[in-house]
Amino acid sequence: MTRKQRRLTMIGGALVVLAIAIALVLNALRDSIVFFSTPQMVAEKHIPAGKRFRLGGLVEPGSLKRGDHMMVTFKIADGSNALSVAYKGILPDLFREGQGVVAEGSLDGAGVFKADTVLAKHDETYMPKDVADALKKQGHWKDDYEKAGKKPDTATKPMQGASR
Amino acid sequence: MIAEAGHYALVLALALALIQSTVPMIGARLRDPALMNVARSTALAQLLFVGLSFGALIALNVMSDFSVANVYENSHSMKPLIYKITGVWGNHEGSMLLWVSILALFGGLVAVFGNNLPLSLRANALGVQGWISTAFYLFILLTSNPFLRLANPPLEGRDLNPVLQDPGLAVHPPMLYLGYVGFSISFSFAIAALIEGRIDAAWARWVRPWTLMAWMFLTLGIAMGSYWAYYELGWGGWWFWDPVENASLMPWLAGTALLHSAVVMEKRNALKVWTVLLAILTFSLSLLGTFLVRSGVLTSVHAFATDPTRGVFILLILCVFIGGSLSLYAWRASSLKQGGLFAPISREGALVLNNLLLTTACATVFIGTLYPLGLEVLTGERISVGAPFFNLTFAPLFVPLLLALPFGPLLAWKRGDIAGAAQRLYAAGIVALVSIAVLWAWVRGGSAFAPLAIGLALFVIVGALTDIAERSMLFRMPLSISLRRARGLPRASWGTMFAHVGVGVALIGIVCETTWNTELISTLKPGDVAKVAGYELKLDDISQRQGPNFGEMLAHFTVSEGGKVIGTMTPSKRSFTTRAMSTTEAALMSRGVSQLYISLGDTAASGAIAVRIYHKPMVLLIWFGPLLMAFGGLLSLSDRRLRVGAPKPAKASRSLQPAE
Repeated sequence: MTRKQRRLTMIGGALVVLAIAIALVLNALRDSIVFFSTPQMVAEKHIPAGKRFRLGGLVEPGSLKRGDHMMVTFKIADGSNALSVAYKGILPDLFREGQGVVAEGSLDGAGVFKADTVLAKHDETYMPKDVADALKKQGHWKDDYEKAGKKPDTATKPMQGASR
Repeated sequence: MIAEAGHYALVLALALALIQSTVPMIGARLRDPALMNVARSTALAQLLFVGLSFGALIALNVMSDFSVANVYENSHSMKPLIYKITGVWGNHEGSMLLWVSILALFGGLVAVFGNNLPLSLRANALGVQGWISTAFYLFILLTSNPFLRLANPPLEGRDLNPVLQDPGLAVHPPMLYLGYVGFSISFSFAIAALIEGRIDAAWARWVRPWTLMAWMFLTLGIAMGSYWAYYELGWGGWWFWDPVENASLMPWLAGTALLHSAVVMEKRNALKVWTVLLAILTFSLSLLGTFLVRSGVLTSVHAFATDPTRGVFILLILCVFIGGSLSLYAWRASSLKQGGLFAPISREGALVLNNLLLTTACATVFIGTLYPLGLEVLTGERISVGAPFFNLTFAPLFVPLLLALPFGPLLAWKRGDIAGAAQRLYAAGIVALVSIAVLWAWVRGGSAFAPLAIGLALFVIVGALTDIAERSMLFRMPLSISLRRARGLPRASWGTMFAHVGVGVALIGIVCETTWNTELISTLKPGDVAKVAGYELKLDDISQRQGPNFGEMLAHFTVSEGGKVIGTMTPSKRSFTTRAMSTTEAALMSRGVSQLYISLGDTAASGAIAVRIYHKPMVLLIWFGPLLMAFGGLLSLSDRRLRVGAPKPAKASRSLQPAE
């Protein structure tokens, strides 16, 4: 085999692998991506029931109710709107009323967000960005959030979560 | 006083780095041995001063000197000593100081062990190291000074994030950084080779042990981090495809590719241009990882936007080093001579395929990690790319990689015989097919995925063993001769075997854990019994305990199997007063390589406690695999030293010679 042929074989092989990889990536990007919304965006956009998305905001103080068989309901609010969330299971350690939280799941027919995963960032002062922006606009912003945001936590512990 | 001394030592290290980044390189241009030798002494002196600076920060933490802002924010006088020390790198400033310390350590190692290197190569490589350290010293001194004093020293500190108060912090970040930063050596050597316009097999022989060492540490660091997340986060997951994890996986994938292409270069003097590119890419991905984690762009994009100094500074470092090295590559790569020829079916061809698949897999991780960031910057839309994306892209690329893996070592260099290799893999193929059939019958029509994946893993494992069996002529010669032959095999062959077996072992663990994991979530009162996977777990009672800086609630479980008590487990929940945070300490019980796992949830008003119990079959294999890989790396490294160490006697005379 000449150098040229060898090179052509290798480039051909590389192109095949790359084409497959691109096809895989495009396919996965179509199917497996989850969008992020705040309660306000949910109210404005009308997301169809059953479509998975991530809902982020603050846990509304006083809204947390524990039912039988580890059912939990609470409200996620962003200052202007609030959305009821139902979840079954153990909530993460850092889940607390008045703090930032991200839940993943979908809306049911009655407009309640059925979460199957609840994530709370492993930093007691973490605030989802959209929530921070929304609060800022409405003048609810507290300085401590900002100060805390400036020191990103260590590399190792990204998120703490709970999923059913 | 100590803080000021530490700060001053860091400034001196910066000055030394500046000298190291210029003088030796000028020396290499002028072919002046005296100037070139400056590299060695500055690298060692730099190591000394960074070491002093790092020691100063440790001392401040141990003495709980809360007049230093960094200590105040991350320490507490009641914190156990071990966490006072490890807490040094449990925050941004301290971990950056650890980063540069390790960088200086590697520079020092090259200076000490680099006596048999061509003088100009050493000077240039250490010069490039000097550039990297200069950039990061400036970053620390200008944006993240760990020695800043507070005007009004508080009496007590704010304590370290409780999640980090764990022995895992002592091991995971240093290991990870040894890996990340270790790749700077292959980067520096690659840049030095481009500057000199000359690269040969000796270069690869020099770079390979350093790459291998960095790769080993990175492997262990990632595995350690994964195990830490598994037991500390309390919900039994061990890999989340989180951007922070991907940031460490990308250099690992590129580094693994580099490791293999360096073999081709060393043995066959081929793939030079590609190897140099991989060396540059691997360290660039390490820098990217540092950027992603350290700029705060991930933890909160908001923090990045309001206080952009740090992020922009690292981004600048990133652009200068990646852009600069790639431009240099584009400009100079053509001057590197082409290497030996080989047929597509050959050991080289197999290693090219390995590189192709690994780098493509790395690219999919790259896209999955950066696409959400890019989309947010461009459109403001927030998305999350999670496990489903990577399962659909990363996993399919690994299947052909694993299928081809056992063939590689069995093919000859230059021109291989695929039919011959396949013949020798008959045994491995049969083992794999039989196990698929047996498992399929056992799960009775369940998902076909798990039996197939385990069959693939067994193919990899038996295939790796086949290589050693073939070389030692097992079953074809009397056992004693085979054993002697096996002992006589180069350690690198044994290293390859262990590393490849490790891949298969980890895959078995991953598949078993994800497919046959049993989970039970329930609320228990003292006296209640939970049944999971044939085990009975009885909650005996709940007690309280006071730790040094936390209060703890413990739940005592008695575990029995078939009516026989086999042990106790005590999961707990700790609440840390200073930060008003609580952590879940899961209890683990190993049964062979499987584990029982209990973590606690909230206590209800009735006194019942929410518990989450898992049975995780074969889960320990997930981490045994990487341990085997790292052990293989160690074996291979010891082999290299034996052979590369040959120039040792000639050290004295050779080190004085100027470069040809």
